[in-house]
Amino acid sequence: MKKMRVRLKIWRQESPQVKGHFEEYSLNDILTDMSFLEMLDVLNETLTKEGKRPVEFESDCREGICGTCSLMVSGQAHGPVLGATTCQLYMRTFDDNELISIEPWRAKAFPVIRDLVTDRRALDRIIAAGGYVSVKAGPHADANAMLVPKDLSDRAMDAAACIGCGACVAACPNASASLFTSAKITQLALLPQGQPERKRRAINMVAQMDKELFGSCSNLGECEAACPKRISIQNIAIMKQEYMKAALAADFRAGMGSADGGA
Amino acid sequence: MSEPITLKSGAPDGPLVNKWDNYKANMKLVNPANKRKYSVIVVGTGLAGASAAASLAELGYNVKSFCTHDSARRAHSIAAQGGINAAKGYPNDADSTWRLFYDTIKGGDYRARESNVYRLAQNSTSIIDQCVAQGVPFAREYSGELANRSFGGSQVSRTFYARGQTGQQLLLGAYSSLMKEVAKGKVELFPYREMLDVVMVDGKARGIITRNLTTGEIERHSADVVILATGGYGRVYFLSTNAMNCNVTAIWRAHKRGALFANPCYVQIHPTCIPVSGSHQAKLTLMSESLRNDGRVWVPKNKADCKKDPASIAEDDRDYFLERKYPSFGNLVPRDVASRNAKEVCDEGRGVGESGLAVYLDFRDAIKRDGESVVREKYGNLFDMYHEITNESPYKNPMRIYPAVHYTMGGLWVDYSLMTNLQGLFCAGEANFSDHGANRLGASALMQGLSDGYFVLPYTVTNYIGTHAQELLKKVDTSHTAFEQAEKEVRDGIKNLLNRGKNGKRTPTEIYRDLGIVVWEKVGMARDEKGLKEAVEQIKVLQKDFDTNLQLSGDEHLNSNLEMAGRLADFLELGALMAQDALNRHESCGGHFRVESQHPDGEAKRDDANYSYVAAWEYKGTGQLAALHKEQLIFENVKPSVRSYK
Repeated sequence: MKKMRVRLKIWRQESPQVKGHFEEYSLNDILTDMSFLEMLDVLNETLTKEGKRPVEFESDCREGICGTCSLMVSGQAHGPVLGATTCQLYMRTFDDNELISIEPWRAKAFPVIRDLVTDRRALDRIIAAGGYVSVKAGPHADANAMLVPKDLSDRAMDAAACIGCGACVAACPNASASLFTSAKITQLALLPQGQPERKRRAINMVAQMDKELFGSCSNLGECEAACPKRISIQNIAIMKQEYMKAALAADFRAGMGSADGGA
Repeated sequence: MSEPITLKSGAPDGPLVNKWDNYKANMKLVNPANKRKYSVIVVGTGLAGASAAASLAELGYNVKSFCTHDSARRAHSIAAQGGINAAKGYPNDADSTWRLFYDTIKGGDYRARESNVYRLAQNSTSIIDQCVAQGVPFAREYSGELANRSFGGSQVSRTFYARGQTGQQLLLGAYSSLMKEVAKGKVELFPYREMLDVVMVDGKARGIITRNLTTGEIERHSADVVILATGGYGRVYFLSTNAMNCNVTAIWRAHKRGALFANPCYVQIHPTCIPVSGSHQAKLTLMSESLRNDGRVWVPKNKADCKKDPASIAEDDRDYFLERKYPSFGNLVPRDVASRNAKEVCDEGRGVGESGLAVYLDFRDAIKRDGESVVREKYGNLFDMYHEITNESPYKNPMRIYPAVHYTMGGLWVDYSLMTNLQGLFCAGEANFSDHGANRLGASALMQGLSDGYFVLPYTVTNYIGTHAQELLKKVDTSHTAFEQAEKEVRDGIKNLLNRGKNGKRTPTEIYRDLGIVVWEKVGMARDEKGLKEAVEQIKVLQKDFDTNLQLSGDEHLNSNLEMAGRLADFLELGALMAQDALNRHESCGGHFRVESQHPDGEAKRDDANYSYVAAWEYKGTGQLAALHKEQLIFENVKPSVRSYK
């Protein structure tokens, strides 16, 4: 196995209240087959041995599905590999002796907790605003009683593949959560199950997104490029359409939903 | 409990097929207006936890939901790939509730409780209806109907799936139901919390102690019922397919408060994982069992061919060992059987890859038969994942795979209502021991998690509250001495770790890795008396290291080092109990293979006369041997026989 040297410039920040700064580290004998996070594990083990506080970063499944890992690597959300999360980055992607900068997601809606860990609970609150079908546990019609055309179901699945990591927000110069929000709105707008709440869902989720201090979308497309699950920016177009249709619909003109959000 | 007690499942009398209906017909109810007077704590937000929390809130209870992540959506259920079983019988291939029940009992090598498994099979169809109603985008046929595929240990196609992300989609379904209740104010979320103790008041579970992982704050939470749905303990092996934060701490702390721990030695080693590549690795990656629908498992017949390019090895020189040994199930034998056979051929020196610890999983024939695009549609994301990790394309070369720890069948002992032996403390999903016996079939974990959460706990928790309605109306305040005492113990434990961590020389990772190697080698795929006894001694040495030579840095705030040390403390004790349980069980069954107990052809040999019981262990104090209690397994509907997949 090949070995390499890495130089790291990492954001360190004690707490939300304290100002952060970059610190530099270098590591020798990093294997090219190591994952990026395993390289950080090595750094932390070294720091622990030296009695220093390790670098806090989040990760869990380490196979690209839980959405926990969330690093800006050399200025790119989840690093230089397209369609991959930070945990799916391998050191063979980097040059020997390359200087790699590592930062947390930067967005007003994602305050830093410590070092590279940010608070992304705003995304949960967007889902709570309507990212569901309001059915309760209990008996329902037989699953095959409702036919769903395969192409619709496949498109719904494309949107449902979002892992909620927040890379779209981190990559967006406006820190907009439009890609995240639109993926859920689209999934449920496509499926028959999502129809009864379709309008209120679009209105309420967009309103919550604005309330959480996410910026607005100006069609730059950075979100799509950064998305590890390649969620399409088309979803944002669908969301805008859904929002407009809902906002213009009679029941919402009657004041049922908040239409002052703007998509 | 000083004398061994005989544990009873508490399943209602009557024919198997009527038990659950009988339970529901005779259970105590709580009227809708009264439900809001009771509160339930649910720890964990995976399939079992999220579905239980949402469903109980829908009924009207006040629910507090806890998870270690920033969001409930990140629980490890999210990583389940292949699918979820249900006895819908859509493919017209003679499936039925009975057959799913039978396959599960047999798959578990006759070490599961009939009544629970039958209820699971009954609930399976409602789960699919429930998830479809939520908008879970299951795979569909061009007709618009749901698609099915096959999984190991069954000869029917009953697995529903959403590409290779079934767990993700089911969890997002349960999570969305949970968030709907959060919006209504019926569920209060407590993210970034680790449960560090259960609080017992007058013999009933009335709360928990948690640590806020971001601030380090120790908190008290009270309720009328506590449900633990905190997943399995596979991370005791350090290397496993489990997520980094999976741990045994919640159920272990409950165990230390008196909850019995059942069958800890039943561990599932999944046959199709990406092999270990070096000591830097922190976790292993699973390749879904669904791949065995189309992939063929083989190694070279001759040792001399093992380092050759697989494409250059002639058909006649390949040993498709699963197809050869098990003609009727072929590559779709259950996981324990597939894993043991892979180990066997590698032990013979016929393993492939750099380490020699791998077998091929080959899609050449499927690609030839169906074309690359069909294979891509079914398995594209798995192939991509494999490619990223190994830098090799499975479209061109066969995958190299090896078994890795994946799931734990053991867990807290629960009765038919999923209540532990501690009143008011329930346990659901992988964290309990209940439904899979000594081996779990593929696509059954998701089924159990959701069955427990959507369709069992809403009834059984109501029955418990209804039974103790008056007593539970007397609310326990968190200022109660039991809370005070538990909180103090937790605080002292953390202070102690941080203090002694200043002087030691071995980091939590170092000790943890060593523990992993001991349990993998000696309490892993094959176990024998000598190895198990060695494991007990080696774990004692590691325990001493941990107690006297631990090195920790960081403070009491967000500190992943400290989190790992706390979890390691519990894993060390668990490792010792697993070895003790494996030593006690002088038979082979499912995932527990005692080398001393095998048939002449190398298949697992059970000893029904002596071991047809659930081993439920009672904690007896630090460094003390646990005490054994038994629940006899009674088979009234299926006759335990030699489990054959030939």
